[in-house]
Amino acid sequence: MAQTSANVKKGDHVQHHFVDSDQQFESAKMGMWIFLVTEILFFGGLFLAYIVFRSWYPELYLMASDHLDTFWGAVNTVVLIGSSLTVAMAIRSAQLNQQKGLIINLAITIALACIFMVIKYFEYTHKFDLGIYPGAYYAYDGIAHDKANIFFSIYYMMTGLHGIHVLIGIGLMIWLIVRARKGHFHSEYYTPVEITGLYWHLVDIIWIFLFPLLYLID
Amino acid sequence: MATSETSNIKRLQVRRFKPEENPKSTYLTEETGIWAWMTTVDHKKIGLMYLASILFFFFVGGTLALLLRTELLTPAQSFITADTYNQIFTLHGAIMVFFFLVPSVPAALGNFVLPLQLGCKDVAFPRVNLLSYYIYVIGAVFTLIAIFTGGVDTGWTFYTPYSATTGGNVMMMTLGVFILGFSSILTGVNFIVTIHRLRSPGQTWNKISLFLWSLYATSIIQILATPVLAITLLLLTMERALHIGIFDPALGGDPVLYQHFFWFYSHPAVYIMIVPGFGIVSEIISTFSRKHIFGYWAIALSSLAIAFIGFLVWGHHMFTAGQSSLANMVFSFLTFLVGIPTGIKIFNWVATMYKGSIDMKTPMLYIMAFLFLFMIGGFTGIMLGSLAVDIHLHDTYYVVAHFHYVMMGGMVMAFLGGLHYWWPKMFGKMYNEFWARIACVVIFIGFNLTFLPQFVMGSMGMPRRYFNYLEQFQGYHQASTYGSYILGIGFLIIAAYLLHSLLRGKKAPPNPWGSRAMEWQTSSPPSLHNYEHTPVVINGPYDYHKPMSEFQLGIEGSHNGHGEHQHTETKTVEADK
Repeated sequence: MAQTSANVKKGDHVQHHFVDSDQQFESAKMGMWIFLVTEILFFGGLFLAYIVFRSWYPELYLMASDHLDTFWGAVNTVVLIGSSLTVAMAIRSAQLNQQKGLIINLAITIALACIFMVIKYFEYTHKFDLGIYPGAYYAYDGIAHDKANIFFSIYYMMTGLHGIHVLIGIGLMIWLIVRARKGHFHSEYYTPVEITGLYWHLVDIIWIFLFPLLYLID
Repeated sequence: MATSETSNIKRLQVRRFKPEENPKSTYLTEETGIWAWMTTVDHKKIGLMYLASILFFFFVGGTLALLLRTELLTPAQSFITADTYNQIFTLHGAIMVFFFLVPSVPAALGNFVLPLQLGCKDVAFPRVNLLSYYIYVIGAVFTLIAIFTGGVDTGWTFYTPYSATTGGNVMMMTLGVFILGFSSILTGVNFIVTIHRLRSPGQTWNKISLFLWSLYATSIIQILATPVLAITLLLLTMERALHIGIFDPALGGDPVLYQHFFWFYSHPAVYIMIVPGFGIVSEIISTFSRKHIFGYWAIALSSLAIAFIGFLVWGHHMFTAGQSSLANMVFSFLTFLVGIPTGIKIFNWVATMYKGSIDMKTPMLYIMAFLFLFMIGGFTGIMLGSLAVDIHLHDTYYVVAHFHYVMMGGMVMAFLGGLHYWWPKMFGKMYNEFWARIACVVIFIGFNLTFLPQFVMGSMGMPRRYFNYLEQFQGYHQASTYGSYILGIGFLIIAAYLLHSLLRGKKAPPNPWGSRAMEWQTSSPPSLHNYEHTPVVINGPYDYHKPMSEFQLGIEGSHNGHGEHQHTETKTVEADK
């Protein structure tokens, strides 16, 4: 972006079309918040489908929810909440110019996200072993309800999309670590860390809604 | 806005900057070459790339429409098969809606004009802006692949269960539109942040142009509605790929749920298409009436009101789909409500023209056409929104005619008006006024000849999307087809003189219309960074009673961080911070 030589006073990180660092930071943060609104509406469609089918087949949801492992779901919830804490600590480290703290906190966040995905992987494969596939491939007869496939379709769509968001978050944080190691972030400029943190909190909070709605209703 | 002072009043050293006539260095002459264009983050170039793309898709969609009309000359099959016919009307609808109408004004004209009207150098996130363009291109590629690998015959609405079971490559098409949605979302995010954070010193919310207000309202709809379309199409894709059963009644799902999902986006989406057009109308009417816009806040807030109410009316597409009668009544009532803010706008525009000094240049001619055609479209929309009438007219040519009066008679007229209005700013060239007026009249006549008969045969019961029809409708269909040829000729005339203008056009002055709006206070075409100074705004964009010199102010001493410039006159004003 540095097409100009005249931004001596502004600092290297300020892009040419912003007046100062504050304006750039506020813009980026506002842009991320608006993007998070679109994410909520994106998942909102799935939550709506969940509500519609739950109101039609309330007993199905109770029966099918029994087949989700509440223990591992709870572990995953704790893991994700922990990662939200570490990402917040990473932002704090960046604000305080603590390069080492920033990198370590990001690394812990990535590790926790990976733990989440590993647990999710075992949950999925366990279901596949039982024959619980989405949609027309559903081949499990342990639930005495002829619409059982619908619940698991919604389950796979919701947790699958959430999982994709976790993967994107992991990718973003790897990118942050690479930049942090080059010393790009300091107390004057930590915008990418801040807005990735915002994104990560959203991923976390969506799970906090998914967990009770899918696992805890029985 | 752009200064960080602790006191409320800041004294700015302000100086008058007259825009340079035909500057040597413009955004078109700097950073040239294909690679520089493809990797540019300049909002003006990205706007032009969008413009070229949407014009291409308008051409494709228009050609498909002419094919359809030619087939409908006779009641029986004439030269294409019924299956091809289904694919062509699907593509015509999908291409025109998703690849032309939705990005036409926001992404093409809006991208170009928005930062100029705010006096900033670029949108808030220039790289995201470029990304949104490439997402658009990728979506377009997916759609083209779908066309050449089996085609799609579902209609642009992709209704289930048909779309989940029919042949062809529906998945590729829905994925294309899914991807396209992100382009729309990113543009919306970008515009909202830019309007909030990057306004010039002194430019308060009551001094931004009504075009910006309309883009703001549009962006709000884009960010709130488009994600719902994304999840809908994702579910539909999964329905085809894995048969997840959410929309498929055979697996326990609900096809009407799909319709609710789809119209929750697609009804607000028609406001994504038309609201920016309203903004163009406000700009042009005020400029060519030489008069302060009547009811600034009424027009600004009615855009937001339309954006809001537009989210509450989607059920009127399902009056015959088995909704409860209570829901039907509520949706019908809310549909009537949308007419109020729209009517407010029309009255304010007409009041602006009252006792103005009206100059019937080409952009203004298009806006006159807009007012007539859009009002016909709007009133027939109210008729369709009333329950009893809708039962009779549902899925007939009446709906087709209504939609085209709103979208083509409204939006395309506004788009053409805006294109002619900002053409000198974009390229620094004038077009041939004589031929432009001829084309406008040809299009107006062709348009009415095409779509007025459709109202008549629709009310007589001619269903939409039919390949064959009863002989009693042939006269109407033939009139409609000949009208569409006249329309086509009109667009060819436009293409010819605009091309001529690009190559041999007369050079345009910075402000050929004598407008007070900000984008005209810089040279035509603008320099790479829009202004050679940081503009200072003390008047509204429609203050035609004030001298031009008060609109050409900039902060003294600052050279916008980009090279040298000429000072012409010094003046000091106090600007409210």
